[in-house]
Amino acid sequence: MAAKAKPKLALYWAASCGGCEISVLAIHEKILDVAEAFDIVLWPCVMDFKRQDVEAMADGEIDVCLFNGAIRTDENAEWAHLLRSKSKVMVAYGSCSSEGCIPGLANFNDSRQMMQYIYLDAPSVDNPDGVLPQMETQVPEGILTLPGFWNTVKTLDQVVPVDYYLPGCPPEAEWTLAAIDAILSGKLPPAGSTIGRASTVCDECPRVRGEKKISRFYRPYEIIPDPDICLLDQGLFCAGIATRAGCGALCPRVNRGCEGCYGPPEGVVDAGAKLISAIASVLDADTPEEIDAILDTLPDPAGYFYRFGLAHSLMHRVRLEKQNGDKVASPVGEIPRLDPSLKD
Amino acid sequence: MKDTRIGVYVCHCGHNIAGTVDVESVAEWAAGLPGVAVSRDYKFMCSSLGQELVEKDIQELGLTGVVVASCSPHMHEPTFRKACERAGLNAYLFEMANIREHASWVHPNDIERATEKSKALVAAAVSRVAELEPLEPLVAEIKEPTLIVGGGIAGISAALEIADAGHHVYLVEREPSIGGHMAQFDKTFPTLDCSACILTPKMFDVGNHPNITMMTYSEVEQVDGFIGNFTVRIRQKARKVNTDLCTGCGDCWAKCPAKVIDTVFEAGLGYRTAIYRPFPQAVPKYPVIDMESCIYFQKGTCRACEKVCPTGAIDFEQEDETVVVNVGNIILATGVEIFDARRISQYGYGRLPNVFSNLEFERLTNAAGPTGGEVVLRDGVTRPESVAIIHCVGSRDKNYNEYCSAVCCMAALKFSHLVIERTGAEVYSFYIDIRTPMKNYEEFYHRLLEEGVHFVRGRVAEVTDSARTPGEEGKLIVQVEDTLIGKQRRVPVDMVILMNGLEPQSDAKEVANQFGIGCSEAGFYIERHPKLDPVATMTDGVFIAGACQGPKDIPASVAQGAAAAARVLNLIGRGEVEIEPIRASIDEERCSGCRICNNMCPYNAIDYIEDLGVSRVNPALCKGCGTCVAACPSQVISGQHYTFDQLMSQIEGILYDVREGGERVTYAGAEPVEAK
Repeated sequence: MAAKAKPKLALYWAASCGGCEISVLAIHEKILDVAEAFDIVLWPCVMDFKRQDVEAMADGEIDVCLFNGAIRTDENAEWAHLLRSKSKVMVAYGSCSSEGCIPGLANFNDSRQMMQYIYLDAPSVDNPDGVLPQMETQVPEGILTLPGFWNTVKTLDQVVPVDYYLPGCPPEAEWTLAAIDAILSGKLPPAGSTIGRASTVCDECPRVRGEKKISRFYRPYEIIPDPDICLLDQGLFCAGIATRAGCGALCPRVNRGCEGCYGPPEGVVDAGAKLISAIASVLDADTPEEIDAILDTLPDPAGYFYRFGLAHSLMHRVRLEKQNGDKVASPVGEIPRLDPSLKD
Repeated sequence: MKDTRIGVYVCHCGHNIAGTVDVESVAEWAAGLPGVAVSRDYKFMCSSLGQELVEKDIQELGLTGVVVASCSPHMHEPTFRKACERAGLNAYLFEMANIREHASWVHPNDIERATEKSKALVAAAVSRVAELEPLEPLVAEIKEPTLIVGGGIAGISAALEIADAGHHVYLVEREPSIGGHMAQFDKTFPTLDCSACILTPKMFDVGNHPNITMMTYSEVEQVDGFIGNFTVRIRQKARKVNTDLCTGCGDCWAKCPAKVIDTVFEAGLGYRTAIYRPFPQAVPKYPVIDMESCIYFQKGTCRACEKVCPTGAIDFEQEDETVVVNVGNIILATGVEIFDARRISQYGYGRLPNVFSNLEFERLTNAAGPTGGEVVLRDGVTRPESVAIIHCVGSRDKNYNEYCSAVCCMAALKFSHLVIERTGAEVYSFYIDIRTPMKNYEEFYHRLLEEGVHFVRGRVAEVTDSARTPGEEGKLIVQVEDTLIGKQRRVPVDMVILMNGLEPQSDAKEVANQFGIGCSEAGFYIERHPKLDPVATMTDGVFIAGACQGPKDIPASVAQGAAAAARVLNLIGRGEVEIEPIRASIDEERCSGCRICNNMCPYNAIDYIEDLGVSRVNPALCKGCGTCVAACPSQVISGQHYTFDQLMSQIEGILYDVREGGERVTYAGAEPVEAK
């Protein structure tokens, strides 16, 4: 008898920066164990597989799919649906697929505004003819196509059902390993779980915390923080209070406020909203004017509070301008087409 | 899966709801909501038959939750909670959807949308009730002492009622003496009895009552706590007089060389000294030193009062003192201010010497006032031969206050009588409407008609001293449209009295915040129910009495003071009260000890446990205000009856698309995902 067939592993990237791919390799020599234990059937960043190869598989043939990146184009969504149907276990790997991350900040705009800025208005752009990307372009050899560009960046679970979440930008190797170990040993947590710790970064942070009263915020270049005292107590913005533990408080340990890449802790739906109400609660102010003055020292609140979580937050995105009846206005030029699944 | 069987009851409230909301269709629609076992509509749910309907269904259908869609929970939540309890269902498994105040009354012309809104409100209540947990009410002991803020006639009445019943009262007054505005008046309408004669005995009783701790020249600084147990911090301003030694003999103010205009008690018409007692019958009898006008405090020498004081009671070193008292109930009787007529420049107050305010006139007629009761012009000697009284100054006027100040018509009639009695002058009373609705008031008006007052119906345009005819020379001319004859008139007079309206105290809103009660836009405190609960507020244990609730005359203020006292005595008599079992608790397993909540708690109920690195709520101190729950960034603090899941399901419910074919919305903003 041949040895029992190895479980099949797929790794895919959608709208992401590639950091998650590198983080998979951050498990160092353990990657050899992974290669030994799994039959890697898809890993576009590393190995040459084609879409047809995956399409040819039977439904549920892939045992585990680690999917990183957000869903922002038709192609991202098509791959998400394809891999969902072919995979037994779908893991949203990293912050983009779990909660939208940096790509999700595009939800403060729509596709028309994005195209306008990126291809026409940005100071570094030289585009005198105003050429915009088109979904279909006629060339002598035939028609070239590009996937449709959505108005709204979505998380993986807003497009297909997801079994597990591995947060982080990127996930720490420790938790990638924990996930792989769990899958290999069959000791899987309940579906829908986030693999990581339940509490917040404060739990892992060695700094001494006091009662909080913030009378102004400092940007990192403005002060040299005390290395032993809670950064928030010193007026440095730190999202650790509303961010899931698991990274070992990497950033606070090097005098940098947590940015919140591990997403909300267990039970919290919207980390940004929690951050806002927590920070608002400890402002040392008695009058609206004092509140304004303190908040003026915190530039880009959207970026501070929703850097990673906007797409998965209760807000989801800014409201789209509705024109021509119910439909979103056609973007500049012919191209970026309407988000087919867009309901808002 | 939880066994959920919810009963929904949609009330017609006669025409109140059913006139605007299609209650049958709401009930029919609600029957299709998840978890709903029975849905009915009924004419009056609060009737005993309506309540029996709920009780019967709980027993026969084994309901696990009840939603009544009717009026405000302030009105009938207790009613239906009791009905649930009678049928064996925990009272906290009941939820009210307010489709009267929130739907039918506010959308009277839009049946379709009022009905849709009612459905959304019902859906919210149904979603929430499915998540509710049974709770047992907490019992709070009612501490016996009562705090009364304001020593005017309303506060005095309340204090005496409670103290006479044998319970302790702390009466806080910010002026040096109790008595309020009533102490400034000479006569009271409609009986014309002497204000001081009827007030002084009451003030004396307050000052000497074994059950009353009077704290004059004092202000409440901070209020913490809850019905039954308030902790109140009071600052007693330094009188600079040792009241243990002072006999009130008066030698000090007799010798005080600093004379200043008394803008408070004498309304600017008379003088007082730097060390002073506001008026002879003041209670307590002790003087205070006004540091701003005292020569010693301003220039460093004098101390004349100290030299003459036979008992050595003057204490220049005396500091403000802070006193903390524990009380079970609070009555606010903080009164009103008088409208400042300088705001209506065309009436000339402050510019034309012989235009007087109503308060100034009260002092002029008062036998103990600056003129000894002589009604004279500003020169202090000339008796007026003609007097104009202008009604509704700052009242019934969209530019200032829209409301009627209630007391000015009767006070104007009283003034008319006093002018005639003391001077024999012709009196012209310029009114919009004469309002005399209470007992013997209309009779008093008729008496003044017979005494020969000239009533001119019309709002005065202007008071001027620029004469157009020789007859107007040296006079004040009142320009008015007499609306009964339809003609402009110019009435020359020697003296004008402005009937300035009543306004809330300028710090009424801060005081309302301090005590946690509602305040109208104008600044009058809001009663729990305008008809059926006029002296209670939305905050249990805090009552209001007198003109701080709205313009009021003396009889009405006295009645409210006694009414508030009765409510407090009721609570003291019971000794304890059931309160909502709403407390915060921290899941220590998940608390990271970030300490965001530590500074939040107004009751200091949160401790940080250094060894464990977690914060902990002391349930004995927690009042369930929810501040920490909202602040906790990791959502490990939960408030009973308002848990995250309960609130979120309520929100999901209200977002339920109630239109034809509508579907549920989920809070993550995601499209509905099919289970794998």
